[in-house]
Amino acid sequence: MLSKKASCESHGQDSSYFLGWQEYEKNSYHEVQNTTGIIQMGLAENQLSFDLLESWLESNSDVLALKRKGRSVFRELALFQDYHGFPDFKNRLVEFMAKLRGFKVAFDPNKLVLTAGATSANEILMFCLAEPGEAFLLPTPYYPGFDRDLKWRTGVEIVPIHCTSANDFRITACALENAYQQAQKLNLKVKGVLVTNPSNPLGTTMNREELSHLIDFAITKKIHVISDEIYSGTVFDSPSFTSISEALMEASSDDADVCNRIHIVYSLSKDLGLPGFRVGMIYSYNETVVAAATKMSSFGLVSSQTQYLLSNILSDKKFTGKYIKENQRRIRGRKEMLVAGLRGAGIKCLKSNAGLFCWVDMRHLLSSDTFEAEKELWKRILFGFGLNISPGSSCHCSEPGWFRMCFANISQETLRVALRRVEALVESMDSTKASTLRNATSTTSGAGGDNFNHHHHRRTVRNSRRSWSLSKWVLPSPYDDHETADR
Amino acid sequence: MAIEIDDHQQPSVELSKVAVSETHGEDSPYFAGWKAYDEDPYHELNNPLGVIQMGLAENQVSFDLLEEYLEKHSEASSWGKGASGFRENALFQDYHGLKSFRKAMASFMEQIRGGRVKFDPERIVLTAGATAANELLTFILADPSDALLVPTPYYPGFDRDLRWRTGVKIVPIHCESSNNFQITPEALEAAYSNAEAMNIKVRGVLITNPSNPLGATIQRSVLEEIFDFVTRKNIHLVSDEIYSGSVFSPTEFVSVAEILEARKFKDSERVHIVYSLSKDLGLPGFRVGTIYSYNDKVVTTARRMSSFTLISSQTQHLLASMLSNKAFTENYIKINRERLRKRYEMIIEGLRSAGIECLKGNAGLFCWMNLSPLLDEPTREGELALWNSMLHEVKLNISPGSSCHCSEPGWFRVCFANMSELTLQVALKRIHIFMEQLRSSTLASNQDYSGCRFLVLQVARQPI
Repeated sequence: MLSKKASCESHGQDSSYFLGWQEYEKNSYHEVQNTTGIIQMGLAENQLSFDLLESWLESNSDVLALKRKGRSVFRELALFQDYHGFPDFKNRLVEFMAKLRGFKVAFDPNKLVLTAGATSANEILMFCLAEPGEAFLLPTPYYPGFDRDLKWRTGVEIVPIHCTSANDFRITACALENAYQQAQKLNLKVKGVLVTNPSNPLGTTMNREELSHLIDFAITKKIHVISDEIYSGTVFDSPSFTSISEALMEASSDDADVCNRIHIVYSLSKDLGLPGFRVGMIYSYNETVVAAATKMSSFGLVSSQTQYLLSNILSDKKFTGKYIKENQRRIRGRKEMLVAGLRGAGIKCLKSNAGLFCWVDMRHLLSSDTFEAEKELWKRILFGFGLNISPGSSCHCSEPGWFRMCFANISQETLRVALRRVEALVESMDSTKASTLRNATSTTSGAGGDNFNHHHHRRTVRNSRRSWSLSKWVLPSPYDDHETADR
Repeated sequence: MAIEIDDHQQPSVELSKVAVSETHGEDSPYFAGWKAYDEDPYHELNNPLGVIQMGLAENQVSFDLLEEYLEKHSEASSWGKGASGFRENALFQDYHGLKSFRKAMASFMEQIRGGRVKFDPERIVLTAGATAANELLTFILADPSDALLVPTPYYPGFDRDLRWRTGVKIVPIHCESSNNFQITPEALEAAYSNAEAMNIKVRGVLITNPSNPLGATIQRSVLEEIFDFVTRKNIHLVSDEIYSGSVFSPTEFVSVAEILEARKFKDSERVHIVYSLSKDLGLPGFRVGTIYSYNDKVVTTARRMSSFTLISSQTQHLLASMLSNKAFTENYIKINRERLRKRYEMIIEGLRSAGIECLKGNAGLFCWMNLSPLLDEPTREGELALWNSMLHEVKLNISPGSSCHCSEPGWFRVCFANMSELTLQVALKRIHIFMEQLRSSTLASNQDYSGCRFLVLQVARQPI
């Protein structure tokens, strides 16, 4: 009765990424009201700098009241549905984007297309650049949402470019070529590569070598490059951020035509912490793409009320300069707190210089070097220790044992609580490791995982010095007579 | 960025077919007229000889009511003094949408229908405009190369919204002036057979009620027939009720929701309603559309798909406040209706006294004008020639029926709510003089309307 798109699973809502979210929704941690609830560390939001925005809003109340110099602009805004967007807003956006790139590049507002979030921007680019059944190459691990955003309604396929911890998950020329060959084997025509830079979930920026490989690859294969630079404002440490726009300037001597195939995606959801306002954009050097994407943006325009507000915020150069710096400082502080806390528990992270999360190495906590073991560990962390973190498999990582942990969407105090739970987790693993060795019958199946929890729960309560902290949030096993977690 | 692009180089990788196709429909006269207006827009003082825009179905008659509300209720535009208001709202990107907003929307839709039906806020899916809602529904209800049946004449934007990225086709249900363009069972069957003959699978019927461009509501008996038809064929029914709040008389609109309630929701899982605040509240810039579906799977899927087209939470917050204020909404609906009716009567009277008849309308922001007696040849070319003159000589941008896929030439959609009363009178005056000149000269038979060249000057010099 419904279309194939409606019936298929490509919306990806059955992956662990979303399941963890669901569990969190059922039992959310609260500093006061629900201290045994699940702490959300699977959501890459930036909640660190709202106070700066709030104080700006307080001093600029006429903007909220839709007034300009005392005169109401309500009518103008209410009627403004031009898909070219507010010229003033686009001017401010390209200035802001240039600022984030240290003014090493300049952007033309006429090449900017506004969309309802980066989600919409990425999908629009797929519609513009590929036919159903064609493919884009994406380095793994990648943002789980791409499976839906790039594939669902467009019919485009994703072929992974496998990156490994052997070289800190950097994209190599070899990996690019392998992915391309793999696509050929699958009879898929490759239309381009999509990278996220800074990377989600790695939290690292691409180095010049990687960018150079990428552009060479695009030139040789005559394909597109989409660079999703949504985290460009969250770079808090060296090395500094190199946008593809910069790399392009250096590469242009090799092939001027390649810039017709370079497109940047950006959004205010991460840098300014405003995901609810739905402000995304495509910057393309290709006029035909700009024209087509502009028309397509009709299906997801940015509210004129919101364009007006943000246009005003971004025009306050003093404010934005201050905001960018302070925001980056706070992100760095949080990241260091998480990294130090994890280190204390014997857990390492990939060295990162950007993003709102860390890429955490828990391979040593796996019962075996498999994705089943990773899933078990993830469930144990979620149900046994009340932390929703994203398992690497949901990001299509080729090595089991890596997890993404977000640190900017919770308070400092909550982060401390989370770190204590991580310590408890590690301690419980130390003691269960001993009992696992004794217990040759430990299972690795999904159902067995629950038994694992239950079976070892009683042992760990006995063995752990912190048994009180376990019993508070370990969910009752199926064999107990307690109420379920559906509170 | 100082990269020079060599114009003579061939692009070395193609873009998708969708990107380069013409299905966005932007080359039709609908848009050409817009362009002419943009280049020479009428202004009472600064450009009295300019083109008057009568091709834009916007509602500008009730802004004062909205502005008054905002003045009195600053909390709608801001988030209060508490720390959590702004940040909670700024973070809110849940595709379920703000609960308070969905409730307010459901209640507003009920009020428009005089409380004759109930809407469940849990069935409301929010999208950035009805444009997005219609495309989204098409993705959900049909596969590429399937078809939706749409009665003609229809809103030109549907060619893009329903077809462009979805790959779905539109097969027209031909309606004729002989019965006031009403949809008949025969026309429905004919369209269906037509599709079958072309080996195209029909997935649903999409109606706009009240109709754009007719400016008339669909009668209850016709709605019943349409519903019976889709049930018999086991296909969907999408009812775009975007103009439901713009019906001049409160009792004349029957929503498909009423038909379903009367039948105790039997077979209702095939029905989906589209709505938006762009026309009734005059807020197209805010991008507020909704899908109301009686089908659980459609609701769930549409909700997930709405991720690509969410409404700004800032805007949801503003409108939740406004629309949950019953005193405001009741007053607004009432006054908006009255003002639209008054405008409608003004234009109908003005046209009639110029010797032009319109389809009897009772809703919307436009009237459906019959200029077929003026055509030298009853063809699309004849219509376009007349349209050209209206645009370049009379300086009125109106929409030719052919851009709405009307099967009879000579009909035009004329908008009346997107300008001041004074401007409307200037437009009517121009039409008056144009008609006088036609009657008094033989130029019409040569399809040479160039005698109208000084028409706008004459009007500009006359007192209204």
